[in-house]
Amino acid sequence: MSRYVRPYGDTTGDGMVQTSFTLPVPFGPRADGAAQQLANKMGMDPAMVVHSHPIGDDFTFFVVYGSVKHLVDMDEVRVVEREYPLLSPAEVNTTVKKVLRRKLVVVGGCIGTDAHTVGIDAILNIKGFAGEKGLEYYRELKVVNLGAQVSVPELVRRARAEKADAVLVSQVVTQRDAHILNTQEMSAAFREAMGDRRPLLVAGGPRFDPLMAGELGVDRVFSRGTTPGEVASYLVHAMQEKKGVAA
Amino acid sequence: MALLGLDPKVVATARELAARAAEPVVSIAKAHTTVAVERATLRLAGITGADSTHRAGDVPWVNRVIDAVREQCGLEHGVVLPAFHALRRHDLGSLTELAEATAAGQVRFTIPTGKELTAAKKAATGAVAKGIRTIDRNRVQRDKLVAKLGDPAQRPWIYLIVATGDIDEDVVQAQNAARAGADVIAVIRSTGQSLLDYVPEGATHHGFAGTYATQENFRIMRAALDDVSKEVGRYVRLTNYASGLCMPEIAVLAGLQRLDMMLNDSMYGILFRDINPIRTFVDQRFSRQVHARAGIIINTGEDNYLTTADAVDAAHTVTVSQLLNEHFAHEAGLPDHLLGLGHAFEINPKVPDSFRLELAHALLARELFPDAPLKWMPPTKHMTGDVFQGYLLDGFFNLAGVLTGQSILLVGMMTEAVVTPFLSDRDLALRNVRYVLDAAGSLAEDFRPAPDGLIVKRAHQVLGEAVDLLERIVADGLLNAIADGTFGLMKRPADQGRGADGVVEKAEAYFNPASEMLEAGA
Repeated sequence: MSRYVRPYGDTTGDGMVQTSFTLPVPFGPRADGAAQQLANKMGMDPAMVVHSHPIGDDFTFFVVYGSVKHLVDMDEVRVVEREYPLLSPAEVNTTVKKVLRRKLVVVGGCIGTDAHTVGIDAILNIKGFAGEKGLEYYRELKVVNLGAQVSVPELVRRARAEKADAVLVSQVVTQRDAHILNTQEMSAAFREAMGDRRPLLVAGGPRFDPLMAGELGVDRVFSRGTTPGEVASYLVHAMQEKKGVAA
Repeated sequence: MALLGLDPKVVATARELAARAAEPVVSIAKAHTTVAVERATLRLAGITGADSTHRAGDVPWVNRVIDAVREQCGLEHGVVLPAFHALRRHDLGSLTELAEATAAGQVRFTIPTGKELTAAKKAATGAVAKGIRTIDRNRVQRDKLVAKLGDPAQRPWIYLIVATGDIDEDVVQAQNAARAGADVIAVIRSTGQSLLDYVPEGATHHGFAGTYATQENFRIMRAALDDVSKEVGRYVRLTNYASGLCMPEIAVLAGLQRLDMMLNDSMYGILFRDINPIRTFVDQRFSRQVHARAGIIINTGEDNYLTTADAVDAAHTVTVSQLLNEHFAHEAGLPDHLLGLGHAFEINPKVPDSFRLELAHALLARELFPDAPLKWMPPTKHMTGDVFQGYLLDGFFNLAGVLTGQSILLVGMMTEAVVTPFLSDRDLALRNVRYVLDAAGSLAEDFRPAPDGLIVKRAHQVLGEAVDLLERIVADGLLNAIADGTFGLMKRPADQGRGADGVVEKAEAYFNPASEMLEAGA
């Protein structure tokens, strides 16, 4: 793989992409012209508006093909690569048993006004996600799922009462950056209440970027497509790190 | 199992009419030869290479010889008599040496008589027989490889096109396509090759929207597919185009290089390339004899009619063309299992019940030709550039294919009519096929159209219209029907079109050992 890459249509370096979008413009030649202009501004040159059709009187849908001028510099790509090994449920259980000699306690919920529990349930419920069983399935994990619309003070109180090793919060709603503000409020509350003895804080949601952990004040961020196994493996990894530091 | 309840008497009538319509054309084909048939014969006899010093660029040696023979003594006796007579008289070692001497103006071509005639016939027969033996060996080799590696696990076979213009790039794409699940690879030809009256030489790297069909390109791709066949554990077939002005020569090259399928329609060149009808029928007969010998599956091009005419109104012209193609193929010695008769999913999706009509047409083809490996062609005409809609349409096309038991499925691309398919388009297209095959591959088992339902009625109607049209063609003559625009709305008179000057009426003493061997199956 070379350092600079361009999209691959059917030959190396052709830069070909396909994109589709809708403009609030009535169908017709002017609409096609407008789509062409947008595509050019997006860096597609030449751009071909290969299809357009009206959606009602006021909108037009477009399919556009073209070659983009941009180059991708692979050296400037920054992502969070998985920093821990993936473990099977049996391995997770064995490790927890060996290292902690008790069950690892996980408290989870959706904070703020967010009522979308699909994310937290996918990770915690025994039913799981993408063919993997949820954390409830793990014999050596004790899971407390608080469900939806948990207030931050309530979350802190329950985490303390359960002696939680890890707190998982899920955020789906992103209006006015609610997911970011809620999570920051949560991490601040844990720091204030428990200082260094706070549990591991993990945030998850489809619109989170794993690079945001520092900004959010949490230990780890999981984004779209995360499976229970990945979260369990991370918890084990973080637990071992913590033990290692403490020992 | 028959689902349409077609009346065997009507089916028999349709076949009989097709045979009667074809008969005069077959007689014409037998009575003529063409420059392309003669070149194909010399290629079987071993001539290769090109004259690279010619001012027009590389001119294949075979063209130089044919042109000289035609000029000096005519082609009505066939090329081999004057060619092998000259070879002997000038004491030359090979046809290529003969070609070089011809180019240098050192050879006089004449028709031999008496003992010299006998000697020329013998030499020519021996040389051509060598070519035929190579074709026979390739056929045996294919059978062996299929026995060893196996055929695709499923029907329909998945047929994918590659076309970069550069044979080396084609190899990469073809091997990847095979790994991704393609069972048949077609290397589409460079735009305009069908109108070249010669076959280019050597490996080529600069085609336009396709790669030139050459003997060397055939060899390179077949070798690459042999490699990948071993890797994927099934015999991956290779397809090219025996069409256009060099149809017979390309058929010979395909046989010599073990290609497995060839596009070879009886009327496509006439209708869509404006090639002279007589030239086409003569060339086609010879090329089909070669394909029969080589065990090559032909693919006919009925799908093309529906790209110009309406797929509902013209449905019966597809049936008529299939019946004619079948007759011409049988006449040339091709058995049913080598008849990849074509048809397509081209009904306007806005027509009510369009999918049911597609099923009716596809089932009709299936039941009329139960033993033919039918080739099912994807939508092109109603692919608008709306790739999302197109992807759905391709899904329905795939479903119709599995539901009606089609044999060879050309994978539809959602970018049809937009750009040459992206790498990702081919991947998505294969996923579409794979999903439908996995989800509904055996749905035919549960599919029983109601006896008085739209599908059955429509199939009967189309067959009825096909019989009516065949009756008119028999009354009018096939060549006149073609001239009147019966197929694909194109009007092609028998005395016009490209390559007409390459047609020669055979003399009483015409001699062509290839034709004799192919005719006799010896």
